[in-house]
Amino acid sequence: MAVPVVTGRHARLVRVTHALTTLCFLALVITGAEIIISHPRFYWGEVGNVNTPSLFDIPIPASRPWVNTGYGFVMPDQNGWSRSLHFQMAWLLVFTAFIYGTWGLRTGHFQRIASYYNTAQRRTYLLVIFALMPFMIWTGLAMSPAIVGTFPFLVTLLGGHQSARTLHFFTTLALLLFIAGHVVMVIRTGFRSNVRAITVGGDTQA
Amino acid sequence: MMTRRKWAAAAVGGVAGWTAVTKGKDLGLVPAGLTGGLYAAGEVLTHATQKLLTKHGNAREFTRDQISPKPFATTHPPKNEDYVRMQQAGFADWRLKVDGLVEKPGVELSLADLHAAKASSQITQLVCEEGWSYIAEWKGVPLGDVLRQLQPKPEAKYVAFLTIQDGWWDSIDMDEANHPQTLIAYEMNGAPIPPQHGGPMRLRVPRQLGYKSLKFINRMIVTDDIRAVQNGRGSGAVGAGYSWYAGI
Repeated sequence: MAVPVVTGRHARLVRVTHALTTLCFLALVITGAEIIISHPRFYWGEVGNVNTPSLFDIPIPASRPWVNTGYGFVMPDQNGWSRSLHFQMAWLLVFTAFIYGTWGLRTGHFQRIASYYNTAQRRTYLLVIFALMPFMIWTGLAMSPAIVGTFPFLVTLLGGHQSARTLHFFTTLALLLFIAGHVVMVIRTGFRSNVRAITVGGDTQA
Repeated sequence: MMTRRKWAAAAVGGVAGWTAVTKGKDLGLVPAGLTGGLYAAGEVLTHATQKLLTKHGNAREFTRDQISPKPFATTHPPKNEDYVRMQQAGFADWRLKVDGLVEKPGVELSLADLHAAKASSQITQLVCEEGWSYIAEWKGVPLGDVLRQLQPKPEAKYVAFLTIQDGWWDSIDMDEANHPQTLIAYEMNGAPIPPQHGGPMRLRVPRQLGYKSLKFINRMIVTDDIRAVQNGRGSGAVGAGYSWYAGI
């Protein structure tokens, strides 16, 4: 199954899974933000609500009147469909990651990443793929009362339900930081050819 | 390029998928009231996976010193006349009326009936889909015990609960209904459940998000056809976009 190494070209599977990942991530960030708007307070430990002190607040109005944000304004409630789309896109992302990961391991794709990019890029890509994305799934599952009932270590290792929620948010910030850096590099190394290479295919200049 | 091996794998996958969909319905893996909307795929995947993985799992229980000193509730006590009148009389007239596929429909359960039954207590976390949570001790009668007394017919699939508030209703499948931690609760933290927390009778489903733990329950319907109950979609929360299955 070895795919010949063609420097500067992305395999079709990479292009398709990259597009799916981009779509999923965009939907997950938007719906995640909508979910947060219903309670833009974060806590550490097991419990947290408007009657307990928060670790930090996001300085935005909430979509619930009982969260006193000091704005005197209640945002429109988008939590329902946001949750449904969030979970559906999380599933699509998990399937995409499974296909990409299986293919990557079987074809030596990850070794190729290791040899093609410089140290900082290499570390970053492997960190995102093997640490941040799995941690995102872990912290997400750790918020499910049914899942943690059967697998309590998923949440106790993180320090509690609210810690899991806060870590899910921090991991999102780390991924957004990665994407900001990723996009800057894409622009600086030839935006058009890079975008062509990762979508329809073709050589990159980098 | 599709090689013969890939075609074979795709064919096997297709057959497996088709079998899963048809068998899934028989095994109760398809969530109640699913209308095949935009998010049906995600809802089926989540429900089926969690049901298979967590069928015999228990919600986490906590110690007394972990109980939240100031539990939070988003609702105010109902303002409707019946509720206020019954509250003034200490809820002596409150009844949970049982209908549907049971041997003796029309049974009405009072607080005294619940107090006379064998009680079960739990210290569990209530997690709201908004993101907040608290830990409290709940005392009540396991719904499974109540159902054994009422003798559901074999074709029963869901237990629906209606409340004194129009439109606030929900349902659970028989597995969740018979789970030992699913309670008809009447005490919270050692006292009658305060009105803002759903007194005098509240369903407690600790393996699912807070909206399944319905407040002010006064009607229980055992059914094999959730489409015939209320909005036909298994839950009043579905109207606001929330999924019927709330284990996630």
